[in-house]
Amino acid sequence: MRSNFLMKKRLYSGGILLVLVLLAFGAASMTEFSLAKCFSSIPKAIVWSLGNFYPVADSFAKLPDILAKLQETLLISIASASVAAIFALVFALIGSRVTKINNFLATLSRLIANIFRNIDVSIWALVLLFSFGQSSLTGYFALFVASFGFLTRAFMETIDEVGADTVEALRATGANFFSIVFQAVIPMSVSQLISWVLFMIETNIRAATLVGILTGSGIGFVFDLYYKKMDYHSASLVVLSIVLSILLIEQISNYVRRVML
Amino acid sequence: MAMTKTAGPVLTNGGVPPFQEGRIKIRVLSKANIAIRLTMLILAVLTIVGFATFNYQGVHLLKGLMSTLANFKTIFFQPQFAHFTLLEAIYQLFITLSLGVLTTLIGAIIALFLGMLAAENLSNKTVSNSIKGFVAVIRAVPTVLWVLIFAVSAGLGSVAAVIGMSFHSISYLTKAYSESFEELNQGTIEALEGCGASWWQIVCQAVLPSSLTSLISWTFIRFEINFGVSVAMGAAAGAGGIGYDMFMDSAFYYNLHEMGVITYLILIVAMLLEFMSIKIKNKVRA
Repeated sequence: MRSNFLMKKRLYSGGILLVLVLLAFGAASMTEFSLAKCFSSIPKAIVWSLGNFYPVADSFAKLPDILAKLQETLLISIASASVAAIFALVFALIGSRVTKINNFLATLSRLIANIFRNIDVSIWALVLLFSFGQSSLTGYFALFVASFGFLTRAFMETIDEVGADTVEALRATGANFFSIVFQAVIPMSVSQLISWVLFMIETNIRAATLVGILTGSGIGFVFDLYYKKMDYHSASLVVLSIVLSILLIEQISNYVRRVML
Repeated sequence: MAMTKTAGPVLTNGGVPPFQEGRIKIRVLSKANIAIRLTMLILAVLTIVGFATFNYQGVHLLKGLMSTLANFKTIFFQPQFAHFTLLEAIYQLFITLSLGVLTTLIGAIIALFLGMLAAENLSNKTVSNSIKGFVAVIRAVPTVLWVLIFAVSAGLGSVAAVIGMSFHSISYLTKAYSESFEELNQGTIEALEGCGASWWQIVCQAVLPSSLTSLISWTFIRFEINFGVSVAMGAAAGAGGIGYDMFMDSAFYYNLHEMGVITYLILIVAMLLEFMSIKIKNKVRA
């Protein structure tokens, strides 16, 4: 009896392992990926980056240029997350189970947020490129749309978690929609909501690099320029400045979260 | 109330402060409240500064928005194939999915070990903190930069893409796994240690079985993310797949109709993955 149980367990985990291995092999042959090449290229990359991928005195001359673009990118990330948060709050209030006005509007707002979230930021960037060209607005709107989709879902879940009982109690006393929202739901969830916005800003800075490479604006464009000119020393300086700014912003938002929550 | 107005501020009531007309203060300005208001203020100011300093390059905002809406109309209502057929598009979609599978598997295997070392109940505090710090630094470099850095020595293609994309997967899953491991009751580990079980026995017989469901759920969530990432890497870093087709349509062919097809395909897959991950999450929670 006992050996039978163990046998079944082993067969089960063996089966799962087999499926995963088959999946991996299928995926590897599909993409012409080879593990051997993967292992051999990691040491090569380390050797290469130790030899080439560090800033030299020459590249520091380009620092003012890089910092100007970095500032632009940071501001785009912050502006898109903040403005998206306002729209997301409205949609989340309409779409949340707790505060919905009626089922039709709730479903509609969930559907819109769903579509916006599931289309990747790179797609938005490529579509917006048609009308806004290489201006900052392309990056801004791409990040705005992606932030809007994500924040609406996050806000909806926060409101659902925080508000249910309180809203029911207030509704029983005859409070109307606006007093429920402004006196209970928002005050109770505001610190959580801000925490999500801070998270979104961090995500946006990373995504901004990608959008910049795709659309030719901001810090991503500067990196792409040096990268394609094979000026790896300057490119490494760009990477360094991005890393430092992301770590700094993470520290700031962690501090704000600690004080707030 | 009328009394306070006529009586004036003379010493009445034997020095007791007079009745104050007005509202009761219901909000206390605590440290948390100040932080919330300050954060909102700073974000608002930075947003305004951003809009004032953006590089508009003579793009007209309203005109741009109108033409974007027109483009959306083309994309969503007139999708049409031009450079490839449905079968080829689905093949490319499978390449993108495969990149996501490989990245997730490699990330999961490495993160499993790092997660054990990062879980405070399975290792010591120094190791745990240093792994967590290491992982945070890895995450600070955007995925596309990892891919491009590896592309220099490995060449553009699936190898560089998978290695580059694995970094963020490792970082994300290490954090998620270690938190799942830390949920295990400390008493269980102590009881097993008391029986003389080795570290590997504790991990294999207690830690992994009890956290398996949440590990699976986190891994699938990461797979969902990795699908989106590999679309983006196809477009920006030559990883191939459907993302590359989309990039060609946008940057070279200017073909919005075909972008519509691709957008629909990606949207369908992304929604399917999200639906599955919600199902898995609910199953795990129950």
